[in-house]
Amino acid sequence: MNAEAATAVRHQRPASGAATHVIRGRKVVGGKAAGEALVTHDTISGWGGINERDGSIIERRHEIVGQSFAGKVLVFPGAKGSSGWSAYFHMTRLNGVAPAAMIFNRMTTKIALGAVVTRVPAMTECEPDPFSVIETGDWVEVDADAGTITVTKKGQASTAG
Amino acid sequence: MLLTDYEKEMRDGQHGRAKARAMDLLIRYGEALGAERLVETTNVAGAFNASTPSVKPIAEKGMAHVFSELNLDSDEVVDVPHVAVNTCQLITGIDNDNWRIQGASEEMIEMQRSAERYLGRRGVNMFATCTPYQVGNVPVKGEHCAWMESSAVIYCNSVLGARTNVEGKESTGAAALTGRIPYWGFHLTENRFGQHLVEVAVEVDDMMDWGLLGYYVGEMVEEDIPVLDGTTHQPTLIKLKHFGAAAASSGGVEMYHIPGVTPEADSVAQAFGPRRIEGRFRYGEKERRETYAKLQSASDDKVDFVMLGCPHNSIEQVALIAELLEGKRIHHDTALWVHTPRALRQVAERNGYCEIIEAAGGVVMSDTCPAISRRVPEGTRVIATDSAKQAHYLPAIAKVQGHFGSVRDCVATALAGTWQGGLR
Repeated sequence: MNAEAATAVRHQRPASGAATHVIRGRKVVGGKAAGEALVTHDTISGWGGINERDGSIIERRHEIVGQSFAGKVLVFPGAKGSSGWSAYFHMTRLNGVAPAAMIFNRMTTKIALGAVVTRVPAMTECEPDPFSVIETGDWVEVDADAGTITVTKKGQASTAG
Repeated sequence: MLLTDYEKEMRDGQHGRAKARAMDLLIRYGEALGAERLVETTNVAGAFNASTPSVKPIAEKGMAHVFSELNLDSDEVVDVPHVAVNTCQLITGIDNDNWRIQGASEEMIEMQRSAERYLGRRGVNMFATCTPYQVGNVPVKGEHCAWMESSAVIYCNSVLGARTNVEGKESTGAAALTGRIPYWGFHLTENRFGQHLVEVAVEVDDMMDWGLLGYYVGEMVEEDIPVLDGTTHQPTLIKLKHFGAAAASSGGVEMYHIPGVTPEADSVAQAFGPRRIEGRFRYGEKERRETYAKLQSASDDKVDFVMLGCPHNSIEQVALIAELLEGKRIHHDTALWVHTPRALRQVAERNGYCEIIEAAGGVVMSDTCPAISRRVPEGTRVIATDSAKQAHYLPAIAKVQGHFGSVRDCVATALAGTWQGGLR
């Protein structure tokens, strides 16, 4: 876990006793990270679909157009579009606006390479389906090495620090 | 992952630091995919050039920094050796001759030229086009490739029967230096069969209709493999180039079958092989009209910029544009850029097509396109294009309104200064 993510966990750890859901899956890129979930049911384009300077979705007609995934646990079906996918997510890392972690359903070369070069924990082949559990704003801890995703539902997280 | 002795030697640095870093990336990437091993590739098409403002801060430190960071995902800066296998540069950021018209600075064009000298000496062939298959890189059926550029990948798999996944900047960099790529996805025969049947119930003949069909198919099947049934007209390179680019933009289609046309299926049954038909779609007049409407993002009819040639135009397309423009003059408020590979541009010059287009007030561009360069004529608010791919991407990238139509509609628009298209 990087320093920023560790700080975020200390400050926004769920209140003790808050109900959590655990999802199990396969590691794509190892490591641990935590953050607020940003969930979209639309696949994401890298090149032409995101602004690599602020981590926002720019594709016309996209479910979360205008929102930024910087520092968020990005939950999405998968990658689509141009082969610039990895290069643009690579640039989000260099620009400090990468997602904290990635959780996705459909494996492709775009997303595998993109997750590898973004160098954030990434998981797939999850059970139960992340879309049935995680909603935008939930607090999500990803431990890709252990193959677990721990979800605290929105409203049950304490931000008191 | 299972590695051969030679791959282990490369990983361990016995063939230099660059190959070691390349192997490190290929192993991380292969394990992320769940690949069991790597496969030897003989044909790499990637993006290596330093030609955009975002690369400039790295390029100022030297091309070794650019290649190490962006083509190998390596924190260690390595000396880049000659490529190990046939490798070419795809489309790039600036036109080496028309850079002033594009609005690029002297500094940016010098960065690109300097990068090209560096890469050229290391064996990266400077095709500088999204369509390497139009200018001499035509892989053979069954050849394992490592290609970027979604419109080229879908052409490579579907029309040529060669085998590639959609690779990225980092994996093509690693493949160029090692001649290896993960053995996954489209490299395996069992992953190349159809998944969805698309019944084509309207006539699809001209280029615009192939683009519309491609855009529809991509939206329907996303990343799966469609099989088209019912097409009645024999497509050409131009039409399949356009169809594939559209399908790869609206979805993530990397391969399709048109039984009797594409090389891996003579019949619908052969296209599906051992797979069952997961989904059935019908493309009729209603779907055609809905798709056309989705590609229109313009409310203003006054058009500032007409963009033709995405993917890069074939020589026949340049010839048609010249024919439509001959003896005419485009509207003084409207710019027209026609894009074709540099190697074909030479033919277009020799044939006199460039002279006709330029006399009409148009520009023949090579090496790049507005979506890649993020450069459009100054003050552009509304564009018109014959490319479903460009109509899909350019409004988001350049914050413009977009009209989509046939090449004839677009040329008529350039002459009139207002949108002349419409679905007939």
